[in-house]
Amino acid sequence: MEKILTKNIDKPKASDIEVYLAGGGYQALPKALSLKPEGVISEVKKSKLVGRGGAAFPVGLKWDFTRKESTQPRFIVCNADEGEPGTFKDRVILKNDPHLLIEAIIIAGYAIGADKGFIYIRGEYYDEIEAVNNAIQQAKQKGYLGSNILSSDFSFDIQVYRGVGAYICGEETSLIQSMEGNRPCPDDRPPFPTQSGFMDKPTALNNVETLANIPSIINRGGDWYSGIGSPDSPGTKLFCLSGQVNKPGLYELPLGITLGELIENYGSGVNGKLKAVLPGGVSSRLLTDPEVKLDYKDVARAGSMLGSASVIVINQDTSIVDVARNTVEFFTHESCGKCSICREGTRQAREILTRMANGNGSAGEIDLLLELGEVMYDTACCGLGQAAMNVPTSAITLFRNEFEQKVR
Amino acid sequence: MSAAPWKAKVDDIITQQGRVKEVLLPCLGAIQEVSGYIPQPAISYLQECLDVPSVDIYGVITFYGMLTTKQQGKYVIRLCNSLPCHLNKSENILRVVERKLGIKAGETSPDGKFTLETVACLGLCDKAPAMMINDKSYGNLTEATTQEILAELNG
Amino acid sequence: MVTLTIDGESVSIAEGTSIMDAAEQAHIHIPRLCYLEGLDAYGGCRLCAVEIEGEPRLAASCMRQVSPGMKVLTHSPRVRKARRMIVELLLANHPTECFTCERNQICELLKLAFELGVTEVRFNSLKPVYELDETSSAIIRDSNKCILCGRCVRVCHDVQTVSVIGFINRGPDTIVSTLMENGLGNVECTNCGQCIQVCPVGAIKERSAVDEVWAALDDPTKHVVVQEAPAIRAALGEELGLSPGTLVAGRMHAALRKLGFDAVFDTNFSADLTIMEEASELVKRVTEGGVLPQITSCSPGWIKFVEHFYPDLLPNVSSCKSPQQMFGPLAKTYYAEKGSIDPAKIVSVSIMPCTAKKFEALRPEMTDSGFQDVDYVLTTRELSRMIKEAGINFASLPDEPASELMGLYSGAGTIFGATGGVMEAALRTAYKLVTNKELENLDILPVRGLNGIKTATVDVDGLEVKVAVAHGLGNARKLLDEVRAGKSPYHFIEIMACPGGCVGGGGQPISFDLALRGTRGQTLYNEDKALPYRRSHDNPSIKKIYQDYLEKPLGEKSHHLLHTKYTARGMK
Repeated sequence: MEKILTKNIDKPKASDIEVYLAGGGYQALPKALSLKPEGVISEVKKSKLVGRGGAAFPVGLKWDFTRKESTQPRFIVCNADEGEPGTFKDRVILKNDPHLLIEAIIIAGYAIGADKGFIYIRGEYYDEIEAVNNAIQQAKQKGYLGSNILSSDFSFDIQVYRGVGAYICGEETSLIQSMEGNRPCPDDRPPFPTQSGFMDKPTALNNVETLANIPSIINRGGDWYSGIGSPDSPGTKLFCLSGQVNKPGLYELPLGITLGELIENYGSGVNGKLKAVLPGGVSSRLLTDPEVKLDYKDVARAGSMLGSASVIVINQDTSIVDVARNTVEFFTHESCGKCSICREGTRQAREILTRMANGNGSAGEIDLLLELGEVMYDTACCGLGQAAMNVPTSAITLFRNEFEQKVR
Repeated sequence: MSAAPWKAKVDDIITQQGRVKEVLLPCLGAIQEVSGYIPQPAISYLQECLDVPSVDIYGVITFYGMLTTKQQGKYVIRLCNSLPCHLNKSENILRVVERKLGIKAGETSPDGKFTLETVACLGLCDKAPAMMINDKSYGNLTEATTQEILAELNG
Repeated sequence: MVTLTIDGESVSIAEGTSIMDAAEQAHIHIPRLCYLEGLDAYGGCRLCAVEIEGEPRLAASCMRQVSPGMKVLTHSPRVRKARRMIVELLLANHPTECFTCERNQICELLKLAFELGVTEVRFNSLKPVYELDETSSAIIRDSNKCILCGRCVRVCHDVQTVSVIGFINRGPDTIVSTLMENGLGNVECTNCGQCIQVCPVGAIKERSAVDEVWAALDDPTKHVVVQEAPAIRAALGEELGLSPGTLVAGRMHAALRKLGFDAVFDTNFSADLTIMEEASELVKRVTEGGVLPQITSCSPGWIKFVEHFYPDLLPNVSSCKSPQQMFGPLAKTYYAEKGSIDPAKIVSVSIMPCTAKKFEALRPEMTDSGFQDVDYVLTTRELSRMIKEAGINFASLPDEPASELMGLYSGAGTIFGATGGVMEAALRTAYKLVTNKELENLDILPVRGLNGIKTATVDVDGLEVKVAVAHGLGNARKLLDEVRAGKSPYHFIEIMACPGGCVGGGGQPISFDLALRGTRGQTLYNEDKALPYRRSHDNPSIKKIYQDYLEKPLGEKSHHLLHTKYTARGMK
């Protein structure tokens, strides 16, 4: 299979602009500039590319919305605040192929009519931030960034924002608050960032992996891209395989590969016997069926969410109550504290699950957790609170007897 | 009084990007990096330069895991305890580190050398269990390799 | 206009309206905790969640605007279930001290728990873990009771622009606190107490002096005198079963005598005195080329604000003490002499609509009588509790006047309690001072009312005096920035820290309703109209005190007892 996202990452000095150029880099940019911005957007729409950060929103549509806002300036923000447990895909592009991302952001900026782009990178990615900053300098020297790019009317600049340790900043409205120097608590939508984003201006936020598809789509056309993988969710995807699996790692594969194939053919099998899998990190619901096809629709149909495709494998020796406790511990730690339901809900769920993990739960608390999950999904402002109970509630649904053994 | 080292960094950022609230996070990140923590005079300075209430700056600092107003150890150990690392027995690694350094998660050793934190996912799940010490990552930790890494830093 | 359906009822309402507001038109009051009219919507409590047809989740109705064709359910089973659980979660993390809590009768959380049908709390109760913030002489904060609705943060930032409290930490560790958690007493807090007015629970309250005052009243060796600020008489009735806007001056004096105060005077008297001094100061500044604009100095929240945020403008601030602090030294000198009372035995109590007055009374410079000039400050709320504790049937009390020596007052003194009142009162007297004629039309309407900033040009016998009035410190800032920039056209500016003026003070019955504050203000204007004297300089007791004791405004004795200096405090 042809690689789109990771074709350069194993090359020596992959992050250097010369290596990127030698591999055909920065050829999509002049092509994009030769089109009207609307033409670029229509190519992206044709590709049927959807966001790879978790929400799977159609990229062409998002750009279209942003462009159609009359307010100026507009911004493109690349969300590189990768933090979902089990996710380690964007860092590979940031570190080993930063020019792929930069070229994509310039094209995106041109398409939506922005003259400034930002890359918000989580603070723990020291090497990645350095690689991206170096790449920006190189791109400037070569005239891919700056005024009148490639002698066109288009001028564009990119700035790196370094995160400083908060998972919630991966949430788009929170990321904007963070950039604005506020406490990064999410906002209710609407309005969406495409209408009112960074500094209240129209802002398109795209994940690193999402953007990394763009140069290929421009070079080879949206139709070419939409022909790859599953017709519902075309393209390749970076699968992050981790947990109790023999060969954890990052695998670029077409969407639609089954869970079993991924684990057996690429991960060399489960370390132990398969109990359950989280297909989209700790925000997703547990799956047990290895036949589930890993694309957005099929995983949703199976009752979960592909999200960032961070596949965490759990074996039979593991207590599912303990898994639930661990994930809720994570969300409690990362809740911003703004919504009462999430702040108090995660805290209480953590308390209950910690007691349960020690065998000290009360019988009624199993159903209380289910109800809490329902209300958190219904009323929390952002994805964190809405998804925080996905692991415990799906664990109760699938493995209720394990919970019942932990309560009195 | 000689100017604090963080001040030059802040002035740099402000000169380049302006006296706007949007530079608050970059400034705080820079101060943390230069000084190892964010001293109160730095908060006052930012309040003055950016016209942001100091309690709001404090509110931002206390939100983030990588910013602190308390002096940290020379080595900040961030040990991941999110699910992929947890499934790969990261709590055993935590126990080794705690025993070896004589401090619990969230504490700084009395000699000011180590700060130990358990943190959320570091994006090193394919190398679980994993940790970072300052800007360096360490993966596929075993009790033995953890001992070695700490011994080296203590050496 | 947007047409939508709320609980099956068609509603047409202006574009941009929130579902929460639109629901009122369908006769539905959606439950809420973090939303409060007068503050920006926040979307934190999530109690106002409603169901919108076709949407996967509920929406916060305070944050969501109406859209055409929207079908909203405000109390569906899903909605009711969510609201109950949210309240349950809040209660699990809330101390069950309701019996002894300040907000016992008016707690919004308690009320909602009952109204929403929460009959049990299925989550384990969390233990209180935070120490009280008792660093301030005026205001006490209890983070254990705080439900993090953020109203106090918004009023402090957005309305008052003081911005000393904010959210710190994150997730379950989030609390409302100050810089470095140093406490309200160690930051630029103005003690305005608007945070108390907006708090839905008992997390913020005044530092009570009720027990100290009872002790003084119970001590036969003490001579306890009391003064009551203008705004008390327009609001005290609300706490004691009377309808808003009831003037209770006479019943208030009677109740204070019943409580055992040895002399019941009135701050309105010293408000008149303030006018004598302040109008004279204004005339002096205008005629002798002093620093202009002159800015009023009777609001102690405003004074602390200017000391912190605009110390460069302190020369503009009138040197007059506030009415409370003019009364203070006079009680222990003038009254002590007149009544042959040992000033050391006098305990001076004031009843104030204000929390900042508690701080003001403790200022080290407020000792010109040779003693602490004002010993204890009680808020309107504290006085109402004492009246209740004593079992006084307030509503049926007969009207009694305050004692004449320092209790007779003019209408000019009484309108001090409403925004614009000091300005109006001062102009009535300044006119006389400049022209030696009486101002004919005493109602200076342009400075009345609830607009944030009011301006007027008054013709003082050919001299055009330009004046401005601001209430709420955010509004004050706008006028001050003009002054700082040298662009202020005004001669005289009145600033009150609290929206609505003192009738909206931090010590008043709990409410952030500006309209109610307007009603209270109107009560004072009505009293003004009905009083025999409406100019401070006509007040016989004022004439008498200058004759017998002070000699003349801005004289030596006045200077010593009635004027003060300020401290440039700067920022932390």
